[in-house]
Amino acid sequence: MILLHAIPWAGALAGYWLFPEQLPLLSAIAIAALFAVSLDLIVGYAGLVTLGQAAFFGAGAYTAGILAQQGWGEPFSGLLAAAAVAALLGLISAPLVLRAGELAGLMVTLGLGLMLYEAANKAAAITGGADGLQGVEMWPIFGLYRFDLWGRTAYLYSLAVLFVLFMLARLLVASPFGWSLRAIRGNARRAPALGVPVKARLTAAYVIAAAYAGVAGGLLAQTTSFASLDALSFQRSADGLLMLVLGGLGSLYGALLGAVAFTVAHHALSEASPVFWQFWLGIALVALALAGQGGLLGLARAAIARLRRR
Amino acid sequence: MSIVTRRSAITGFGIALATPPLAIPALAQSGDVFRIGLILPMTGPFASTGRQIEAAIRAWLRANPAPIAGKRIEILLRDDTGVAPDVTRRLAQELAVRERVQALAGFGLTPLALAAAPIATEAKLPMIVMAAATAIIPSRSPFILRTAFSLPQATAPIAVWAQRAGIRTAVTLVTDFAPGLDAERAFKERFTAAGGSVTAELRTPLRNPDYAPFLQRVRDARPDALFIFVPSGEGAPLMRQFAERGLREAGIRLIGTGDVLDDDILNDIGDSALGAVTSHHYSAAHDSAENRAFLAAYAAQAPGQRPNFMAVGGWDGMHLLAEGLRRTQGNTDGERLVAAMAGQEWISPRGPVRIDAQSRDIVQDIYIRRTERRDGQLWNIEFDRVERVGPMG
Repeated sequence: MILLHAIPWAGALAGYWLFPEQLPLLSAIAIAALFAVSLDLIVGYAGLVTLGQAAFFGAGAYTAGILAQQGWGEPFSGLLAAAAVAALLGLISAPLVLRAGELAGLMVTLGLGLMLYEAANKAAAITGGADGLQGVEMWPIFGLYRFDLWGRTAYLYSLAVLFVLFMLARLLVASPFGWSLRAIRGNARRAPALGVPVKARLTAAYVIAAAYAGVAGGLLAQTTSFASLDALSFQRSADGLLMLVLGGLGSLYGALLGAVAFTVAHHALSEASPVFWQFWLGIALVALALAGQGGLLGLARAAIARLRRR
Repeated sequence: MSIVTRRSAITGFGIALATPPLAIPALAQSGDVFRIGLILPMTGPFASTGRQIEAAIRAWLRANPAPIAGKRIEILLRDDTGVAPDVTRRLAQELAVRERVQALAGFGLTPLALAAAPIATEAKLPMIVMAAATAIIPSRSPFILRTAFSLPQATAPIAVWAQRAGIRTAVTLVTDFAPGLDAERAFKERFTAAGGSVTAELRTPLRNPDYAPFLQRVRDARPDALFIFVPSGEGAPLMRQFAERGLREAGIRLIGTGDVLDDDILNDIGDSALGAVTSHHYSAAHDSAENRAFLAAYAAQAPGQRPNFMAVGGWDGMHLLAEGLRRTQGNTDGERLVAAMAGQEWISPRGPVRIDAQSRDIVQDIYIRRTERRDGQLWNIEFDRVERVGPMG
């Protein structure tokens, strides 16, 4: 059992030695994976679709970035601050989203994302506006490991954070809390009859997912020493949902797999064909959506089931 | 469910990590190749910038096929989509670390150039900014050189010209984002310093702007001229509404920077652009032997298209790198290359240019042009110029 869990993480760690020249990409994958996990918690488990998760990602990115810019470059406390700010934002916006109901709630998340984007654009004195946040200086991790050009520190740091938070998420979804979320997803009207306080549970899930997204954003700002409006963009929310659907909704390893597959495909296609890559990416996504429900994980599961039958 | 889930997840994860990246470049580490990492927006809203610069660079390579100081030039093109600075930064990092490029080039917009600047500093790679135009860019890394232009540089001359042309009052209308505000500030500063007055400053939103209410306000204010700065694609609807609302008949002249009447889209804007006066560093109608050679080379690479000011930035960037390489006699050390390139002077298709040795920014002539119809096509015809304008205008 433990061995099965160890394999993907050992693989991810081995990437450090296998692809020493690809570490910036691997860091980007780890950050995307954490973002996908955050979306999975709220969309996959709680069944609450959102188009504004980037708001929390961006809030985390700007929090960590501005802290470091103002002279506090300690990475771990920066991440904690990013998580706290994003969670607070989640706590404030959760009642709005939950109050509105399904489709209208979706619009609320979209609206909140756009609002925050425009606010960051306007507050150029704090965020740097469209030029992005300049002068982010990170301190070495534990005072020892500098963020280097090769991205070694950045990758190990991102991977470690992803690992810890992923395991925490596993505990969370396996707990009674996690099962109550699935009950709400299954039938939100019946859940109260089972003694599940729907609104409180959804709020909690929303806030936790926001904190996760905030940490992912903080990681991006810290490992690239930069934060920009793009962190808040709708595109990022959409990409996160794509990763999730690609990998398989409602399973944490699906979120990881989706993030890996999406980012690698994105990177390889755009490198091989800088002008038309979005076309090929689109074809791949449509094909996958038609080929199987449950994303890559669903496909793999079906393939294994077929092999077993033989 | 969980065992199958895990096993399949593991398989997938393992495959994803074990598969080498699709495009492994032939690593030519021999000393006879000079590798340039070119990062441009090739997709997304700013794809035309990338297309123009890439075509100009390929045209330059076609026109200069001989090795420079014994080195063959190789271009590695990457798409940063124009809106994602963290992608630009990561691509720059990868090009430096994995592809071992000896120079970085491109950079379509200011945030993208600023995001990549620390990489150039740390990797000690010359970074040629071919498009991004906010004034501060070259100050962000001692390895940045710019062959594009800066907004104050392009804006100041039109303010001075307007004053001389008898324009006393003006309204500014700019898009509400960093370059727009740069242009607004530069215009107002120069125009009021020369004795004119800006009676209203209007800002339109970056996304889905509707110009009608703004133009109505301009009409009511009745200034001598309207100064505009909008992203190049927005020129067409703005020009059309300017004509439709009868502002020209009301005696309001249209002035602005050349981005609005970019050569790439000028013919699509149509007759509503006629008579507009703009200031810029390059017009495809510039009359010189160098420009004719450039137009011919560009036409061979991209038939039927007209190069714009973005393209000329790419062309000159290649010239600058090649000249630097010649001066170091093929030595690709970043610091020596930058030192060799700073202070260079040459005749570009746009006219005489110089890379200032201190600021590493471009000093060039800025032309005042009027949009006219010649041989069935629209051109920006230069009729006045301000010589050797520095990056701050």
